[in-house]
Amino acid sequence: MENSIGLSSPKRARRLPAEFNIFLVLIAISLTFEALGWIFQGQSFLANTQRLSIVILQVSVIGILAIGVTQVIISGGIDLSSGSVVGATAMISMSLAQVATARAVYPGLTDLPVIVPVLAGLAVGLVCGVINGALVAYARIPSFIATLGMMVTARGFAKWYTKGQPISFPTDSFAWLGAGLAPVWIFLVVAFIMHILLRYTRYGKFTYAIGANAHAARVTGINVERHLVKVYAVAGVLSALAGIVVAARGLTAQAGMGMSYELDAIAMAVIGGVSLSGGRGSVAGTMIGMVIFGIIISGFTFLRLDAYYQEMIKGLIIVAAVMADVYRQQKRKAHR
Amino acid sequence: MISTTTEAAIRTYKDRLETYGLLSIKGIRKAFPGVLALDNVELRVRPGTVHALMGENGAGKSTLMKIIAGVYQPDAGEIRLRGEEVSLKSPLHALKMGISMIHQELALMNDMTVAENIWIRREPHNRIGLIDHGKMADMTSELFTRLNIDVEPGASVRDLTVAQKQMVEIARAVSHDSDVLIMDEPTSALTDREVDRLFTIIRDLKSRGLGIVYITHKMNELFEIADEFTVFRDGKYVATHLSTDVNRDDIIRMMVGRDITDMFPKVDCDIGETILEVENLTLPGVFHDISFKLRRGEILGIAGLVGSKRSNVAEALFGITPAASGDIRIDGQSVSIRSPQEAMAHGMAFLTEDRKESGCFLTLDCLANIQSALITQSHVHAGFVDEKEVTRLCSEMAQRLRVKTPDLYQTVENLSGGNQQKLLIARWLLTEPRILILDEPTRGIDVGAKSEIHRLISELAGTGVAVLMISSELPEVLGMSDRILVMHEGHVSGILERSEADQVKIMDLAAR
Repeated sequence: MENSIGLSSPKRARRLPAEFNIFLVLIAISLTFEALGWIFQGQSFLANTQRLSIVILQVSVIGILAIGVTQVIISGGIDLSSGSVVGATAMISMSLAQVATARAVYPGLTDLPVIVPVLAGLAVGLVCGVINGALVAYARIPSFIATLGMMVTARGFAKWYTKGQPISFPTDSFAWLGAGLAPVWIFLVVAFIMHILLRYTRYGKFTYAIGANAHAARVTGINVERHLVKVYAVAGVLSALAGIVVAARGLTAQAGMGMSYELDAIAMAVIGGVSLSGGRGSVAGTMIGMVIFGIIISGFTFLRLDAYYQEMIKGLIIVAAVMADVYRQQKRKAHR
Repeated sequence: MISTTTEAAIRTYKDRLETYGLLSIKGIRKAFPGVLALDNVELRVRPGTVHALMGENGAGKSTLMKIIAGVYQPDAGEIRLRGEEVSLKSPLHALKMGISMIHQELALMNDMTVAENIWIRREPHNRIGLIDHGKMADMTSELFTRLNIDVEPGASVRDLTVAQKQMVEIARAVSHDSDVLIMDEPTSALTDREVDRLFTIIRDLKSRGLGIVYITHKMNELFEIADEFTVFRDGKYVATHLSTDVNRDDIIRMMVGRDITDMFPKVDCDIGETILEVENLTLPGVFHDISFKLRRGEILGIAGLVGSKRSNVAEALFGITPAASGDIRIDGQSVSIRSPQEAMAHGMAFLTEDRKESGCFLTLDCLANIQSALITQSHVHAGFVDEKEVTRLCSEMAQRLRVKTPDLYQTVENLSGGNQQKLLIARWLLTEPRILILDEPTRGIDVGAKSEIHRLISELAGTGVAVLMISSELPEVLGMSDRILVMHEGHVSGILERSEADQVKIMDLAAR
């Protein structure tokens, strides 16, 4: 028989956070690559700051949208459009961030202050996100289909925007957004804000509640439809932010930018323990998932594995992560 | 020339059929977490008879039928089919053994044709191995002629009426040449004429030697169609009789005949002025002309059988599925309630019937479950939840309701049904409701937690909260309520004062 709760404040019993297991997996994978490094390459995998900073830079950009996708998955949905929104945003923001010397997309709109391309880009993401959210919440289209439609449409828009031509030569201030470790800092700020949002605000609590049981959330007085629109809108804005960073980092924007980022982002979240059935997961988990993802990819590069193998292995990782999620759900059901 | 061994085999078979009947159930036990649904029940169905299974809601009828149909596996006991002990592993296995079930919720595939639904997995094939739709239609027509059913084999099931769907289900069951046919309240959606036709079919099947298990709440049906009947009560076997041996009152007594214990500590309290007034509330096809008054400090019980649409009325009041017409007045003011938010703004709270479906956030912790309603209304500043204050309120409420959990950070899916229910009650009490709607507040929870919840409801009424309590357990309704509103098929069939109400009167109004 369990005890009735204590008389004083509800002290948290000693219990490991849910992310602990994933963290162990991260350590196990890192150590495996370390060992393989010494065996096959005769050098350390981890003790190499250059390699580690590349890993971190690589995952940070996708991480920005993975944070947005995380909260969509927690709300019980999915966002497949994030990679395409990256592409569309990269094009639009870059077209407003060009210097006068180039063959600019808008010759009259060059050398604008950096706030203009940034706000324009974020607005694109907001619009895409609101459309996604409205389709899911009010038109009651499954999120998989609604965001799949947005994925195709936004990619098409990105190609149409300059008829497939890349856009280059950004202003220095715009390029600064992607230079050096800027993407990492942007990611960390986004992750921190989302962590606070999910844990301590009504926004976060409603998101978890809807993902755990949308019907119960409605009965409890939550305006489920309105809230879902917000969740998808936030995801759209974060995808757009990633798009701006990608463009700034590459000093050029191409319609194909962010291709399949959505799948990487979903994989990071799922590896990090965010349940595809909703109501479970955290920013911390996704961050660990990101690092696992990055380590595996860079580990294979380090071992000089062919790039084709890497793609195949990436596919396996995604399937394995989802299988682990399904397995966890079944175990819980059996336990009940 | 039949060999002696075969003759002997036939003789043993006949003996066994004589001893055990077509279907014989003994000592069946089935427990679900927190409830013992069936405790040592028995049932014996003879070939060529209709055997009715009677009992109140929650008596365990449907559970037993699901065991016979292979949906659930019993924890203990034996099932004998034609005298031989069998273990039914799945619905398909039961079907192959000769047991068909017609479910209460129709289980047809809407987007397929009638013929496809009937012959699924058994479609006739033509020479090159494709489905022979012509032959399938012929087989269907033949079957329908035999059963005197008038439905087009090629019609899409989506386009059929409920009665036609019912007929198709029956035809499908018959097409399996089963020996045992289970019907779970088959007439609940049928008109009188359709019922007559169904009974003709049942009599025909009976004459072919089938054993039919017929679950019903309706007395008149029992006397019209059943040869024998068995009564269950609270998951236990009560009695089996020939339907010619008894009358209506006997059966009602068998169904409800238990003592009302003093499990329900209803405290008498002062009943104040009317707070909620409902007039002619109607949702076409669901409920009609629902009118009642609810006063401060009063507990109004709502009794009725499954399908009497009690929960739908509650959902309409709370704005989940608003009514189409009628008037809701709170404190004499006519109000329009189109969403739960609006209902909550008027001081209403609604504990739903299905904890898992529409109550708990199973993947979240106790704290998140308790605070969800509160933070839609208050304790939020600039988007941030006042964690300290909310946590204090939640933990106080959890203690008041004696929720048993190591701490409030425990995931709710790990708690027992009774504790989950207490958390949900805590959720609503934090909103300080003036009108509390409870739908089956003690369903599926153990006796101890039950009486605690009853004590709590009584206390709340004592503080002036008006309580509307839907319950399928007559002792609970009788023990707790100041007045009892009885519903029958979407209508109010009567409102009884506490002093005049008893089980027989309620069943009389509920069963008609």
